[in-house]
Amino acid sequence: MALEDYKGVYVYAQQVDNEISPIALELLGKAKDLAAPLATQVTAVLIGSNVKNLVDRLAEYGADRVIVVDDPELKDYRTEPYAHALASVINEYKPEIVLVGATAIGRDLGPTVSARVATGLTADCTQLDIGDFPLNPIPGQEQKHNQLLMTRPAFGGNTIATIACPDNRPQMATVRPGVMQKIDPIAGAKAEVIEFNPGFTPDNRYVTIKEVVKAVSDTVDIMDAKILVSGGRGVGSPENFKILEDLAEALGGTVSCSRAVVDAGWKPKDLQVGQTGKTVRPNLYFAIGISGAIQHVAGMEESDIIVAINKDEDAPIFDVADYGIVGDLNKIVPQLTAAVKAEKAKKAAG
Amino acid sequence: MKIIVCIKQVPDTKGGVEFNPDGTLNRAAMLTIMNPDDKAGLEAALRLKDKYGAEVTVLTMGLPKAADVLQEALAMGADKAILVTDRVLGGADTWATSTTIAGAIRNLEYDLIITGRQAIDGDTAQVGPQIAEHLGLPVISYAMDIQVDEAAKKVTVKRQYDDRYHIVEAQMPCLVTALAELNEPRYMSVGGIFDAVKAEITTWGRADLKDVEDCNLGLKGSPTKIAKASDKVRKGKGEKVTPDSPEEAVSYIIGKLNEKHAL
Repeated sequence: MALEDYKGVYVYAQQVDNEISPIALELLGKAKDLAAPLATQVTAVLIGSNVKNLVDRLAEYGADRVIVVDDPELKDYRTEPYAHALASVINEYKPEIVLVGATAIGRDLGPTVSARVATGLTADCTQLDIGDFPLNPIPGQEQKHNQLLMTRPAFGGNTIATIACPDNRPQMATVRPGVMQKIDPIAGAKAEVIEFNPGFTPDNRYVTIKEVVKAVSDTVDIMDAKILVSGGRGVGSPENFKILEDLAEALGGTVSCSRAVVDAGWKPKDLQVGQTGKTVRPNLYFAIGISGAIQHVAGMEESDIIVAINKDEDAPIFDVADYGIVGDLNKIVPQLTAAVKAEKAKKAAG
Repeated sequence: MKIIVCIKQVPDTKGGVEFNPDGTLNRAAMLTIMNPDDKAGLEAALRLKDKYGAEVTVLTMGLPKAADVLQEALAMGADKAILVTDRVLGGADTWATSTTIAGAIRNLEYDLIITGRQAIDGDTAQVGPQIAEHLGLPVISYAMDIQVDEAAKKVTVKRQYDDRYHIVEAQMPCLVTALAELNEPRYMSVGGIFDAVKAEITTWGRADLKDVEDCNLGLKGSPTKIAKASDKVRKGKGEKVTPDSPEEAVSYIIGKLNEKHAL
């Protein structure tokens, strides 16, 4: 089959315990962006047991079509029946692009499926575009248009690479959670629904789940947090971290801190961001009263959006901040908390 | 019981990253190490050996100097070591790497294959599951614990997910990918280092790979192609404002966050 005959942008709509994972909605948002220049549809592939009730939610977030593979064998995630389901959908419907979340499930499912359908897979992408490969014309080499260009960090985030899959279909990528934007849901949107069952016959590759243990941890790992409100020595005292905690709560985020704060004994080591602490990559990072020593910056500069508040206008943190505010954190932070709450209430109402 | 552990020699990206004056990565100055997830996988295999008397074979694909990590593995207690190296294998992506390693493993007997979850240079986590796929084996990724029932030929693994873990049982032979958190790898022993120096490393090239076509090997056999690679541009300076009042500061921040859909 010719490569041009593969059509459509497909998203693996990850669900766990009959709940759509946020990454699935993020991928649908991105898939819509990619489908536009290709003049094609967005298809969600929903795999599980008794999951048909989730179809409308996928439609509201941008799926034109949902292929449902529903079977009792698919109750909890296991590599084999899920890989069989997704690979069978690919072989049957021939998509040109398949996006999978780079989750603990997707990073197992993606490579298994890509190997089964004999195509390439680019891991942990942080940016996806449609463009030419090679990027610039090279004499003697065909330049292919409308290719999926997949950008990802490597070498521990020290390099970035843009990768294409010009000669195989589908073009497959796993995508880091929290990076792509979901669309504002379209209430009442409906998708075309296709039920597909390739048949499931357990063999040596089917494993047995003996036990499912859900994590019961009340302390959030700052490396997993999507929003971090980080405080430095400029916060002034351990008691004054309260205003940062209030802001974090209003934002639905977590408090972290600089080394100076840990050294002073104000906060425990597991909240420390930096070279000798943890490396974090949240969507939003507030650096409050943090000067921005290189060892701190090394641990947070990968954050998507960095907002810095500091009274010292020459603080090095302003060199990495997307938005720097020179001012008194004691006055700004409590008002910001109130404004965030008001903004969220407005959004919830609207 | 026969266990194969796949290991990789990687630049030490954690802490040991060096930059040239122009801001690019100075690869020559970086030390190489045995990939941490792989080392935990090797330790898990050695513990099974201590318990049941398994034979542990370590296998790596890379440049001739990757023999260093095999020496280290032998010194830790591995029994045999195989280096897969050949010019035609260079530039392989995860597909071509996994077809190569699968081609090497087809020459060997095994009950259990352990790989690391991911290597710290590429961070893809793809090669382990892809090897399993090529060999038609069950795969259990992200192992936090590995137990073996030799008589029943079963392996039981604590499999990590984002918000839970599963206790999963698979029939051997199977492939398990190990997390660095699995254990604290042992040091090389003095006797082990002495034995490792004497131990021979088997070297295989393209001709030794079983049931693999040339079109699935090396740079040419890699479906994914690099369009552009660059050492990361250090994040540039954004905006800096000095508002006249806290109110102004707050409305500036809220405005920017809304613009970026961050609320």
